[in-house]
Amino acid sequence: MSMNNVCQLCHQAKATVHVTDTVPEKKERHLCEECAEREGIIVRQHHSTNEILQQFLKHKVALSSPGEDAACPQCGMTFREFQVKGLLGCPNDYVAFQALLNPLIERAHEGATRHIGKTPCTAEQAVQKHTRLSRLHQELKAAVEGESYEKAASLRDEIRSLESA
Amino acid sequence: MNLENPCKSTGEWLKGTGPLADVVVSSRIRLARNLSDHAFLASASHTERTEIFRAISHEIAATSIAARTALIDVDAADPIDRHLLVERHLISRQHLAAEGSRGVNVSDDETQALMINEEDHLRIQGLRSGLQLDAIWKDVNVVDDELSSRLPFAFDDKLGYLTACPTNVGTGIRVSVMLHLPALRLTKEIERVARAARDLKLAVRGMYGEGTEAIGDLYQVSNQTTLGKTETGVIETFTQTIIPKIVDYERVARQSLRSLHDSQVDDKIWRAFGTLTHARRISSGETQALLSPIRMGIHLERFRLFDIAFLNELFLFTQPAHLQKMCGQSMDEEARAIARADYLRQRLSKLPVN
Repeated sequence: MSMNNVCQLCHQAKATVHVTDTVPEKKERHLCEECAEREGIIVRQHHSTNEILQQFLKHKVALSSPGEDAACPQCGMTFREFQVKGLLGCPNDYVAFQALLNPLIERAHEGATRHIGKTPCTAEQAVQKHTRLSRLHQELKAAVEGESYEKAASLRDEIRSLESA
Repeated sequence: MNLENPCKSTGEWLKGTGPLADVVVSSRIRLARNLSDHAFLASASHTERTEIFRAISHEIAATSIAARTALIDVDAADPIDRHLLVERHLISRQHLAAEGSRGVNVSDDETQALMINEEDHLRIQGLRSGLQLDAIWKDVNVVDDELSSRLPFAFDDKLGYLTACPTNVGTGIRVSVMLHLPALRLTKEIERVARAARDLKLAVRGMYGEGTEAIGDLYQVSNQTTLGKTETGVIETFTQTIIPKIVDYERVARQSLRSLHDSQVDDKIWRAFGTLTHARRISSGETQALLSPIRMGIHLERFRLFDIAFLNELFLFTQPAHLQKMCGQSMDEEARAIARADYLRQRLSKLPVN
């Protein structure tokens, strides 16, 4: 087992990737992540937004500033607790911690600060919207079948804007 | 979804059909939603968790969504059944491992799975085989609208849907596409693809989204940001830009493999088939790795003994929970390796090999 612990290519790093080749012959290879990536065996995970956020949060813990111990009046969570867990305590935390949280959100979302997607709807709106959508889909189908492509394009745009409304 | 007899069918996402199915195995969209009148799960008490579960499952039952669906109580489910749901991509590993009141509402054709009390109170998921993001979005959007008219979803005019983790705030949408990229892995061009995806702020991961392993050459591409973009905008990045590009790369790599090394490609396929047909004990990982060249062989028309639907049955039913369910007992790793080899021999030995 011990010879499997060190990467067979660089003989330095710990082997964490274990591959069994079957062609041309059955052979086991034990590589470190870096060599495995170079060999094209694995694709190293690009840091996920979550990981980046976690790292950023840890960094922030070290440089803690006043206001981080103030608790959300609704759930009682403090910003410091959020920094440790990475998860918020209740919807009101977005208001209670906004000064500290908004820069984080902006960073995690490539500088975006505003939602431009769909919004919740009432029962009537939901029904109206979906009646209209299914009618538009029918019209679109007819337009494509009738080869009225200009009309189809405008119907498609209408469907898209309604879907994200 | 039939928990008692799961090895009757694979579920829609493994049908092997749909646009670009030679490279795109399946597509998935999920929306993260929370109730505004409850704490997020990180601060919710045991009782509050149960209340959230009841409130959401009650409203689902009251809508047209409930027709042809079943609610599975994940907390009360047998451990093998929970793993079965993960193998069928109906719940996440996080949902499997969580504690307390939680469940999933699954449609009969398994194209829809609403996870209750995962990281967020509700995660509306749609999944289908091939590149079918537009169809999935249509389904998911209807479910979301129907539930949003009955449940007070936490929503802020500026930040959009409020989620437990701020990385999901905004649309709460996660779009992910599972791709089979054996040729790009063999020609070592996979890193180029990963780079192209990263430039568009997309993540490339192994099949279950975590860790670095791409078992059986299956990769998952998904969006990372959810604020400042519309749902359809995010979907378009996949359907118009990144996925057709990766599919092209993979197809070109497959063709160049064929023209340069036809005999090598055939050798790889048939050695894999030989091992699967004759092994006496085999792990789940090795099975998936061996099915990969055969999957490619079917699409390149180098292998004709069975089709993708049959291959996907082997792919799914040889996974630990399915195997144990099929054998009607709980088994350790060693017993599973033997049972898996037996099952593969039994399915494959009947084929007319020329």
